[in-house]
Amino acid sequence: MFGLKCDIALDLPEKYYLQHDYEKGVARWCPGCGDHAVLAAIQKLCKEYQLPPEKTVFVSGIGCSSRFPHYMNTYGFHGLHGRAFPVASGVRFRRPDLNIFVVTGDGDCCSIGAGAWVHAIRYNMKMVALLFDNGIYGLTKKQTSPTSRMGTVSNTHPTGSVLPPINPIQTTLGVSNVSFVAQTSDMNPAHLYATIKAGFEHPGFAFIRIMQRCPAFMQQQTDDWKTNKDQFVLLEHPKGISVDEAVADTFGLRVAHDPGALHSARELAEDTDKVYLGLFYQNKEALRYDLYGAHNLGYTYEQKEAALETELDRFAI
Amino acid sequence: MANSPETLAAGRRETKQVIPVDEHIIEIVSDSGEGAQKAGQSFGAISAKMGNGVWTVEIIPAEIQPPPRTVQGASGIRIRIGSRKITNPGNEADLVIAFNEKVPYARIEQMAYKEGTVLLIESKWGEDESEEIRNSYVEAIQDFRERGYVVHEIPMEKECLRWVRNPKKGKNMWVLGLLCYLYDRSLERAEEQIRQIFRKKSDAIVESNLQLLQAGYEWALQQLDFRFDLPSIPSESEMVVMNGNEALSLGIMASGIEVCSMYPITPATSVTHHLAEAFERAGGLVHQAEDEIAAIGFAVGSSYAGKTAVTITSGPGIALKTEFIGLAVMAEVPLVIIDVQRGGPSTGLPTKVEQGDILAVLYGQPGDSPKIVLAPATIEECFHFVILARKLAETFRMPVFVLSDANLATGVQPYPRPKVNRDWFSGPIDQSPWKEKGRAFGWDEKTGLSKRPVPGQAGGMYTLTGLAHNEQGIVSYKPENNQYSSAMRSRKLATFGQTLKPPVINGDPEGDLLIVGWGSTLGTIDEAVEKARAMGAKVSSIHLRFLSPLEPGLKEIFSRFKQVMTVEINYSDRLEDPLITAENRRYSQLAWMLRAQTLTDVQCYSNVHGQPMSPGLILRQIQSALQIR
Repeated sequence: MFGLKCDIALDLPEKYYLQHDYEKGVARWCPGCGDHAVLAAIQKLCKEYQLPPEKTVFVSGIGCSSRFPHYMNTYGFHGLHGRAFPVASGVRFRRPDLNIFVVTGDGDCCSIGAGAWVHAIRYNMKMVALLFDNGIYGLTKKQTSPTSRMGTVSNTHPTGSVLPPINPIQTTLGVSNVSFVAQTSDMNPAHLYATIKAGFEHPGFAFIRIMQRCPAFMQQQTDDWKTNKDQFVLLEHPKGISVDEAVADTFGLRVAHDPGALHSARELAEDTDKVYLGLFYQNKEALRYDLYGAHNLGYTYEQKEAALETELDRFAI
Repeated sequence: MANSPETLAAGRRETKQVIPVDEHIIEIVSDSGEGAQKAGQSFGAISAKMGNGVWTVEIIPAEIQPPPRTVQGASGIRIRIGSRKITNPGNEADLVIAFNEKVPYARIEQMAYKEGTVLLIESKWGEDESEEIRNSYVEAIQDFRERGYVVHEIPMEKECLRWVRNPKKGKNMWVLGLLCYLYDRSLERAEEQIRQIFRKKSDAIVESNLQLLQAGYEWALQQLDFRFDLPSIPSESEMVVMNGNEALSLGIMASGIEVCSMYPITPATSVTHHLAEAFERAGGLVHQAEDEIAAIGFAVGSSYAGKTAVTITSGPGIALKTEFIGLAVMAEVPLVIIDVQRGGPSTGLPTKVEQGDILAVLYGQPGDSPKIVLAPATIEECFHFVILARKLAETFRMPVFVLSDANLATGVQPYPRPKVNRDWFSGPIDQSPWKEKGRAFGWDEKTGLSKRPVPGQAGGMYTLTGLAHNEQGIVSYKPENNQYSSAMRSRKLATFGQTLKPPVINGDPEGDLLIVGWGSTLGTIDEAVEKARAMGAKVSSIHLRFLSPLEPGLKEIFSRFKQVMTVEINYSDRLEDPLITAENRRYSQLAWMLRAQTLTDVQCYSNVHGQPMSPGLILRQIQSALQIR
């Protein structure tokens, strides 16, 4: 890896990790919650890539999904509501050796953390950002979320929500220096896994929106998805996210989309009648702020001392 | 200029009135953007290099481009120089250079001048095209004389025009030349200074400024019939001269911190101006975050990952960072937070001094949130306290605050050059296998201390959380666990307190009055106490550097004085105010803490003028407290 200097002593493990090596405790999400599916996919990914648990960090905010790090036997940071991105960026800045995942929910990312979200996209630091989007506040018991569909009946909008939702894919694609935007669903484990894998391999900030069930508070949305299967459209391209033909066949609609084409990605994102699953956009060449952060790692005492003396000279009398 | 000014000066010296002084306070006031601060800083630096004690403080308007020739637009600088160490901006000015007749009124409002103050004023306004301006000038000159100032009208721009086309640009260096003559400063050093400040400019610009310096000197030599003799005593040890924010930035470089994460806010930002330029060469980086919250979040992330970071801000930023401060306390993340305080609440007085953040910093978080708070009292301490702060943050696994203020931020003072110590820097991130099996918070019951696992340490995996947690770092809502973990976080302060010494008493260990101060007022309080003692008052003072935990022995020290009074730059009710009684009075912040902690009837004098306090003002408070004249 780049920039790895004497600062970080590499102690490569010879151990072969099994999936249960990444598991910790019993996940306390509701039965049927989409979070379980993502947890399983992530643990599988860790095993497939043999990620050393001590070199892997899950950073989250606050919300149901943000409990995620507690169920991973890796390092974790379960921080503040809306602030997972600044923390993860700070972890990444001087630690190119770590594998970093951000777990955030629709309220955490698109509401209270919206400012940090926009800038995290622009920073384009290498990490996988997983937006667990179930369109409702769960931990605080059914309040309207910024991604709730208009008319959603909730405890804060008992007669139905009154504003159109924010569209996270559209927003992300609108930020300069965006480098990876994909959408998947917890109900399609094969596609979910393939998407996370593509995000993990992306050299930069991989933003993945996971359309999720919330059986406790958003059953209406799940029911709608079940009855209108045709609204799910598979995005296909050799440079996109590939799934088995058997999985692809389950989609009523499949369209070709080149993830290099930003404008058509934005057009697809604006089509709110459909839910497109796949890779909207990828640019492996986007500028990375984490490379800047790691460019002067590991200076020796002599170098630090010399730099300080030079500065003191400037103020000497 | 066939003869060098020095030769000429030597020839004429005898015919002039040479006034011996052991210290002088000089001000240059102007519209903003006229270079008064550059001239004043240069004069301060030259004087420091010659071995004089120096303190400079900027006079800053709150707006970037206030209207010209207005009282509210007054910008400039105060330079106090002396034959001994100077520790504060002093009382009224002895000599003032004003670029127009309006700006002195801003300082008159602040009672910065006195009878006998020498006022050198730009005379061109008396010949201005506008009758209104001419009249304003004439009236002001008359008023200044009535106030007892010694007024000299100086054709500054007219003289500059002989050398440059735009005199507005070069006037400041002409004035520097004039000051160099008045105080017998070395022209060689002044030339060095000009070359240094214009080092990034063209040779033509450097030459033109050197010419103006010479011309100002020459003019004063020919035209002024007085000058001052202010001897300097060159220091034996190597010295550096800088302001408090520059000292903080060098302190960061020296502290082993490698990440400074900040969001611009006055008056703290200039710390990072210097740092941004130099830090990279020392293996560190400044991250300018998208907002105050993200700035501390980034710093907490960096600290969590192994390198203790610093975030720099001022009052409004502290308010925004509060939630993360609580997280750093709860999750025991080492972190250095520098707060360069300004006037509050809310946006308050962005460019002015106040010591109003102690209580916000100590008690701003919900729940119990113990942390270490340090308050440097000098420019030199601004440097050393950052180094101390990083060590304490890591040892005690908690956020450490360094409370500076706008007065220290812009005050310039020489101090002994720090001898760089390799122990200041931090070593590589510990990546050895974690030995405290399963205990991310293995609290030692006696001290509250515990070891901290860092990502990369095999076997140390834990999930940091702001939720209540047990020794393993696992979320726990058990009553006895929350009581115990809270006690462990609090106990760290008591543990650190064991290592502190009682404060040093300036003056006798007992008496009629003890003044208690903290932060930037040290020099001012010392000077006032010294004067009062010379008048026979039984007054002493102590100055606190550690506000949390408080320095030990305070109650016992207080018991030896008939009265104890804090002097602070923050708000307190005055007993003589309507409705205010001894019972409902709201005390200044340190007094409030000391009363609670020592059960002593600690009184206070404080104000929120947004100005550095002067020794004269404090002396009057001492006199009134002791009822002496």
